[in-house]
Amino acid sequence: MDQTVINILNGLSSGLLLFMLSSGLTLIFSMMGVLNFAHAGFYMLGAYVGYATSRIVGFWPALAVAPLVVGVLGAVFERACLRRVHRFGNVAELLVTFGLSYLILEAVQVVWGRAPVAFDPPALLAQPAFTLVQSAGTGLSLVFGHADAATCAHAACTTFPATRAFMMGIALLMLLALWLLLRHTRVGLVIQAALTHPEMAEALGHNVPRVFMLVFGAGCALAGLAGVIGGATFITEPAMAASVGSILFVVVVVGGTGSLVGAFVGSLLIGLLQTVPLTVDKSLVDAASALGWQVSPDGVAYPLMKLTLAQVAPILPYLLLVLVLIVRPRGLFGTRDD
Amino acid sequence: MTFLKKPLALAAALALACLALHPGAASAQKGETVRIAWIDPLSGLMAPIGQNQLKSFQYIAELFNRSNLAGVKFEIVPFDNKVSPAESLTALKSAIDQNIRYVTQGDGSGSAGALVDAINKNNERNPGKEVLFMNYAAVDPDLTNSKCSYWHFRLDADTSMKMEALTTYIKDQKDIHKVYIIGQNYAHGVQVAKYAKADLARKRPDIQIVGEDLHPLAKVTDFAPYVAKIKASGADTVITGNWGSDLSLLVKAANEAGLDVRFFTYYANNAGTPTALGAGAAGRVYFVGYGHPNMGGQIGKLQADFKAKFNDDFYVADIYAEFQLLSEAMAKAKSTDPNKVAAALEGLRLKSYNGDIEMRKTDHQLQQDLWISVWQKTDAKNPYSVENTGYTFAPVAHYDAYVASTPTSCQMKRPA
Repeated sequence: MDQTVINILNGLSSGLLLFMLSSGLTLIFSMMGVLNFAHAGFYMLGAYVGYATSRIVGFWPALAVAPLVVGVLGAVFERACLRRVHRFGNVAELLVTFGLSYLILEAVQVVWGRAPVAFDPPALLAQPAFTLVQSAGTGLSLVFGHADAATCAHAACTTFPATRAFMMGIALLMLLALWLLLRHTRVGLVIQAALTHPEMAEALGHNVPRVFMLVFGAGCALAGLAGVIGGATFITEPAMAASVGSILFVVVVVGGTGSLVGAFVGSLLIGLLQTVPLTVDKSLVDAASALGWQVSPDGVAYPLMKLTLAQVAPILPYLLLVLVLIVRPRGLFGTRDD
Repeated sequence: MTFLKKPLALAAALALACLALHPGAASAQKGETVRIAWIDPLSGLMAPIGQNQLKSFQYIAELFNRSNLAGVKFEIVPFDNKVSPAESLTALKSAIDQNIRYVTQGDGSGSAGALVDAINKNNERNPGKEVLFMNYAAVDPDLTNSKCSYWHFRLDADTSMKMEALTTYIKDQKDIHKVYIIGQNYAHGVQVAKYAKADLARKRPDIQIVGEDLHPLAKVTDFAPYVAKIKASGADTVITGNWGSDLSLLVKAANEAGLDVRFFTYYANNAGTPTALGAGAAGRVYFVGYGHPNMGGQIGKLQADFKAKFNDDFYVADIYAEFQLLSEAMAKAKSTDPNKVAAALEGLRLKSYNGDIEMRKTDHQLQQDLWISVWQKTDAKNPYSVENTGYTFAPVAHYDAYVASTPTSCQMKRPA
């Protein structure tokens, strides 16, 4: 029971980290029609900039500085590059961001080297957020911080790291802030207007290109924020962009490009799909025999069917991607049907 | 580059020949430069391991260049293989193109296997241009059994030998009842699981294997789901062949989740892992190997000097044995030709930092003593602070070479 709770929390926390990335990606996409290939690169940049600044001013200031730096870099890129190639159409824009992703990767390797850097969370986050105590007598209970040794002597104690709890908290705060901004402020109104009716918004006197630049910068800043937290929680190294990049597109496609709700649901779904199946050692053969249907080991499909869920876990998100593209190409919450 | 080096080598050879006082001692190989292609990761998750090993190789080469039995000069030419077999082959190709006749590699039996195949083919097709492969860390037993090659020499103890030693130790630990096996999904991880199960069934049939997992090599950044699974299985002990980031991050996740089990590992001493172990893992993490950080003597001096120079640990000690074996074989063969050196290496015995070693002729597997040590605070007997953590690996068991030696099925094909 306690491990099931931990598993779901693990899944939710990695899903929420994905949300910090996918929300920016999907905002940018819905506004400019650009699938930003460099988005994961900005995530990595956030981690490295966070690492570099945290060595000078400590983790907490870095948590604010790194997203700002990455956001400004993103806005500058939009202003200097993306806006120029905009008139050549979507393919050109796509290629520019694709090129940028390589540029970021190489730049990071030149500056910080090819090996992982030691980016550790601060002492406050290095301890457990809470401890789950599973005892035979009293069942499941929760203790904040460390449980005392006496309790754990008679029960199974599992700690949940504070970095992950922090990750979840920040992502939820971000969701709330985004929702408030887009739904309840004037800026949000202009962004929404520029999203659906850019010409009309421009005719009304709003500087739409500037809105685009700000949204692009904000999306990159969110990715940078995710990078600082993700880099300190997991590992900061040059392959981190590539490993999160592919899964990010799965999230956006499954959730529906252009939908913030879709990005949220998609992120949680993929986060859970990445962690929970890893813990299930059951295969289709077991499922069949539970239903009273015996599978012969000589059957053609047997080698495939005997693979456990844990073994096939890494491909499940991609399987879902293909399924969604077949059944519902615009994604779960997608509004665009083109 | 090749053109530049040759006159230099020639000049060095001439200079040394002039210096030689009695002509009888001057052998043909004296003063020659032996270039060794080092093919291992310098990028990606395993880069810290590779960087440490490359530094160690260059350091030991420099040491042997000051004086060695054969009177040759060693030069290390590094290639980054990104822990990929395909990239290793590309690296081998460019090494051969540069006329490099010695190859050394260690990180990953997948890459080692690919290199052995390619070197076999190269040596068959290009007589007189043979390449010799010194494997210092790839431990898949197949490399000295079904896939054994005359051109491949292994300096590390293989998976079966290390598991033999580990299970000999586990056998006497009466508080071990439930074991979980986790490994990387490639040759090495699969072999560790196989030998762990076979050896435990033989020595401690009462021990229950409560779970088994294989995960992708050098790709996983979040081990929390695996740790939750280990915890749920009720295991009291974990056996793992993981190395590099796959071990550091596993232990980190275990510490974070408060997983209080013993870890029996192959590579807890590898760069980066000791730092991840920290105080939380004291007394719980063991590793089996051909040495430990507190052996003292000559290797202890090298360790201290290495630390003073690079502020890093010299722990891949079999590199030292590699140069001992190579220079002694070259002196014996009176040549640096891999063809003759390979023949001289077979059955070669000498005294190394960890006692008497022998390059077994039948399969080219080095026979040497093994130690099991545990992660603990440094003390008077075990003073070496690993990665400046204040902790060290203290030996708990020492096995003579014969204890951990395993038989081979190798049918060595020797050149006619």
